[in-house]
Amino acid sequence: MISLTVNGKKRNYKGPPFKRLIDVLREDFGLTGTKEGCGEGECGACTVLLDGKPAASCLIPVCQVQGRKVETVEGLGNPERLNPLQKSFAEHAGVQCGFCTPGILMTASRMKKTDAESVRIGLAGHLCRCTGYMHIVESVTKTPKGRKR
Amino acid sequence: MRGAPLSMTVLRPQSAEEAVSLFADNPSAKPLAGGTDYMVLWNMGGANGQCLLDLSGVKEWRTIRKTAAGLSIGALVTHAELRDDPVLRREFPLLARAAAVVGAEQIQNRGTLGGNIANASPAADTFPALAVYEATVKTVSRKGTRSLPLLQTFSGVKKTNLEPGELITAIDIPYLPKRPHRQLFRKVGTRAAMAISKTVAAALVWLERDRTVCELRFALGSMAPTVRRLKAAEEFVKGKRLTAEVAAVACELLKNDVSPIDDIRSTAEYRLRVSRNLLSDFLLS
Ligand SMILES: Cc1cc2nc3c(=O)[nH]c(=O)nc-3n(C[C@H](O)[C@H](O)[C@H](O)COP(=O)(O)OP(=O)(O)OC[C@H]3O[C@@H](n4cnc5c(N)ncnc54)[C@H](O)[C@@H]3O)c2cc1C
Ligand code: FES
Ligand code: FES
Repeated sequence: MISLTVNGKKRNYKGPPFKRLIDVLREDFGLTGTKEGCGEGECGACTVLLDGKPAASCLIPVCQVQGRKVETVEGLGNPERLNPLQKSFAEHAGVQCGFCTPGILMTASRMKKTDAESVRIGLAGHLCRCTGYMHIVESVTKTPKGRKR
Repeated sequence: MRGAPLSMTVLRPQSAEEAVSLFADNPSAKPLAGGTDYMVLWNMGGANGQCLLDLSGVKEWRTIRKTAAGLSIGALVTHAELRDDPVLRREFPLLARAAAVVGAEQIQNRGTLGGNIANASPAADTFPALAVYEATVKTVSRKGTRSLPLLQTFSGVKKTNLEPGELITAIDIPYLPKRPHRQLFRKVGTRAAMAISKTVAAALVWLERDRTVCELRFALGSMAPTVRRLKAAEEFVKGKRLTAEVAAVACELLKNDVSPIDDIRSTAEYRLRVSRNLLSDFLLS
């Protein structure tokens, strides 16, 4: 059995140890917010926080997450109570089809510097097929600074 | 086909000693560090039915240690840790800068230096820096420990001289005798992030008081099956002043030590041209 913390809740997983974290989140825990774009580490869609740091969940076998902390987009906020970063994406048209958004939100949620240049560099590992990035960068730079981004 | 979890077995050593003994008893097992190379292959269905030796529980190989001779970087140290380490940034900035351009944040947080070396890609971004710093790769197996000079660790494209049952434990980098006068790290790729290098360079130069070259170290990746030091150019400039004529000859000599090819990422001609420009700019800057 593998025990991990997902969005603050202890979870146990009893399936094969070499299942990918993204599949365990989506199929075993029903957390379908995390998306798979490429399955090769290139696109950033599947990004979650592992012990607080962005990581591609399509490249992590769940056996390596034993005892560790995972945060997904579901942990940021929910449709009734969006967090300030999510709200800003909605307000500034940072979302079109939305497939890249959960991954981008996770990486953006950990950014220390949020001037446009830093945001562009910080999001370089994320691909978006829809927005052309301008509105994404704006959504991050215009998020009001608060205790919880 | 895709990766099939049920076809896989995982060994999970919790110490270096246990890792060595499990590997000796299961010589066909495949070591797994951050998985950023392995999982890409596995996801495509290219590695089903394997037994993995998951090294993520081996704490001994996760730290950067200062020794009398230099820094000893554990094989499981991630690119993010290299990128951010204050001592590394001060003493060996080219390696810290190389680590900062591996993939992007999500890859740097997982990929390890040991994995980068064992994977032995001709385009690996840390190799030119490790080559100019004259790093040594430390290994262990049931037979004992070994030290391999970096350049002798690789035997070809994606091939190393590691023996079955042998694991990388650390990468040792000796302190430089003196601060170099100039240094260079430069990756040339297609995209700001996640790009595999078309060419990647690292260089150090020390000058005498009269501005003649005391020592030049120049290394290129993606220009041959393995990382290369430009031995002919390095020898040629020794004792000479860095004039335009000297730089031009050094650039001619560059091709003695490399053998670039045309592939999906670039052409041999482009790679050679860019490398010569990098060498020339470095010598004349
Ligand atoms: C999207 C993406 C972008 C990338 N961009 C770059 C880039 O820009 N530059 C670059 O250089 N690389 C890049 N890589 C490749 C990869 O991230 C690096 O090579 C990384 O350092 C591999 O380390 P790892 O710990 O993830 O290796 P793993 O995938 O765990 O292992 C890689 C290989 O090394 C072996 N191995 C691992 N550790 C050891 C050990 N201690 N002893 C013996 N064998 C070992 C494994 O058996 C395997 O064969 C990229 C990868 C992805 C997915
Ligand atoms: S799905 Fe993981 S990076 Fe694209
Ligand atoms: S909004 Fe569609 S991929 Fe980014």
